[in-house]
Amino acid sequence: MKTAQDIFSILKEKFEDSVQELVSVLPVEHFITINPLAIDKVCLFLRDNDELLFDNLMNLSGVDDANGRTVNTEDGASKIEGATLSVYYHLESTSFRHKVALKVSAPIDNPDVASVALIWRHADWHEREAYDLIGINFLNHPDLRRILMPYDWEFGHPLRKDYKDPEYYQGMKVPY
Amino acid sequence: MSVEIEEKIVATNGLKTEYMVLNMGPQHPSTHGVLRLELELEGEIIKKVIPHIGYLHRCFEKHAEAMSYPQVVPYTDRMDYLASMYNEFGYAVAVEKLLGIQVPERVDYIRVVMGELQRIASHLVALGTYGMDIGAFTPFLYCFRDREKILNLFEITCGARLLYNYIWVGGLSHDIHPDFVRLTKEFITYFRPNIKELNDLLTNNKIFIDRTANVGILPKDTAINFGISGPNLRASGFKWDLRKDDTYSVYNKFDFDIPIGEGLMGTVGDCWDRYYVRILEMEQSLRIIEQAIDQIPEGDVALGIPKRIKPPVGQVYSRVENPRGELGYFIMSNGSTNPFRVKVKGPSFVHLGVMNELCKGYMVADIIAILGSIDIVLGEVDR
Repeated sequence: MKTAQDIFSILKEKFEDSVQELVSVLPVEHFITINPLAIDKVCLFLRDNDELLFDNLMNLSGVDDANGRTVNTEDGASKIEGATLSVYYHLESTSFRHKVALKVSAPIDNPDVASVALIWRHADWHEREAYDLIGINFLNHPDLRRILMPYDWEFGHPLRKDYKDPEYYQGMKVPY
Repeated sequence: MSVEIEEKIVATNGLKTEYMVLNMGPQHPSTHGVLRLELELEGEIIKKVIPHIGYLHRCFEKHAEAMSYPQVVPYTDRMDYLASMYNEFGYAVAVEKLLGIQVPERVDYIRVVMGELQRIASHLVALGTYGMDIGAFTPFLYCFRDREKILNLFEITCGARLLYNYIWVGGLSHDIHPDFVRLTKEFITYFRPNIKELNDLLTNNKIFIDRTANVGILPKDTAINFGISGPNLRASGFKWDLRKDDTYSVYNKFDFDIPIGEGLMGTVGDCWDRYYVRILEMEQSLRIIEQAIDQIPEGDVALGIPKRIKPPVGQVYSRVENPRGELGYFIMSNGSTNPFRVKVKGPSFVHLGVMNELCKGYMVADIIAILGSIDIVLGEVDR
């Protein structure tokens, strides 16, 4: 059984810059921040390394961080800068019984995250859900389509904090 | 049909073969809700299953962001509406972890009793409807007769029969009824022989075994990789139960076994195993209730309910063993009274994702047997 600190040291040694830092948040949950484009390599290592064997992806959730700040541009309009979308991965090893959480953050204008759907097939639908509801673009995902919203939904991603309902969908009035 | 034969046919007479696409659902009696399965068939053989979900999508997670923590509880009821007690239980455990509070022991014991009663009720629906899917109508009536008794117990506890709003963050909405302990004991004595009756009626029925044994085999490694949990994972021969392996509440104080699939009628991890594990689990749940009901300590169940829930900035992933599997709540707090993000990892959602893997190569009629055996609730798939 390894602690988050041990796992962080192993990863840091192996991947250097792709693995960023170990963050502790309440209530005593540690997560390791990773470069979004290297998450697939890190995950493959975590799954297959003999000392780690993270064979179970417990959960994968996308989050809109809503952390941008408003900047006034030269022509008087305002825009939001620095906002990110994040994905949290909660992993567990059924043989060693240790757990770890990973986090990647990608800029909201270009939210590309490497997919782990081929490492744990479990991630397939969760990534589709994160794409559907938050709008994170998973690179190399085998089948990235909307999953819960209708396939022809063109009005954005509902779990974004700035999401607005459309007035009409297929001729039906949406706000009631 | 192999590629070579196919090419030969195209070359000799210009005929091209292609798969037939068949839509099963959204309205279909054996999909247990509104679910559409797009099947690619070669004659009777299934080549591919593509589930289309979202017909019941209410975006629970968006609702949760607009409400305070206690207000979310009734919404969790409406996800897995056959196991509402356990959804509340999971949510309460998660928020309590986020707040760092401990509930009184009486609350924990009552929660466990309610949770296990709910597990039996949920399994009874699963087993009864499964029999009905296969073509046995009578066991369904027997199961619902017994489930009714459990719903009566819930009704005297909190007034509701299906959507309880009973387990609150930090406590319970009501104390148990003075007759509850007696009635629950009566139920245990009444119900135990009925499991045997169900075995005689359905489990060992020749037709039922022929339809379910050696169908939809799910090997252990595939199951873990697909995130399968609960009875479906145990049926694949893996001893994994969060009540023991990642214990919560007071489950570590009770003595119970974890039944696993042994391939008694066919192969480990087939539909019959998934069915039979649920039968065995009901027996274990009865054991837990028997132990817990005698030990419920005295106390006040509403005393620990916080007046205003405002967790510090942080996040938690907390999971419980729902009747269907691992129910996880990922809750992020930004320090306000509303959750910043709630993500539910529902077992039904995850289990539906393995349909393609399970059905490939079987006959169309087996889809009904396979879908029934993984026991999904569409309210939770779509949330």
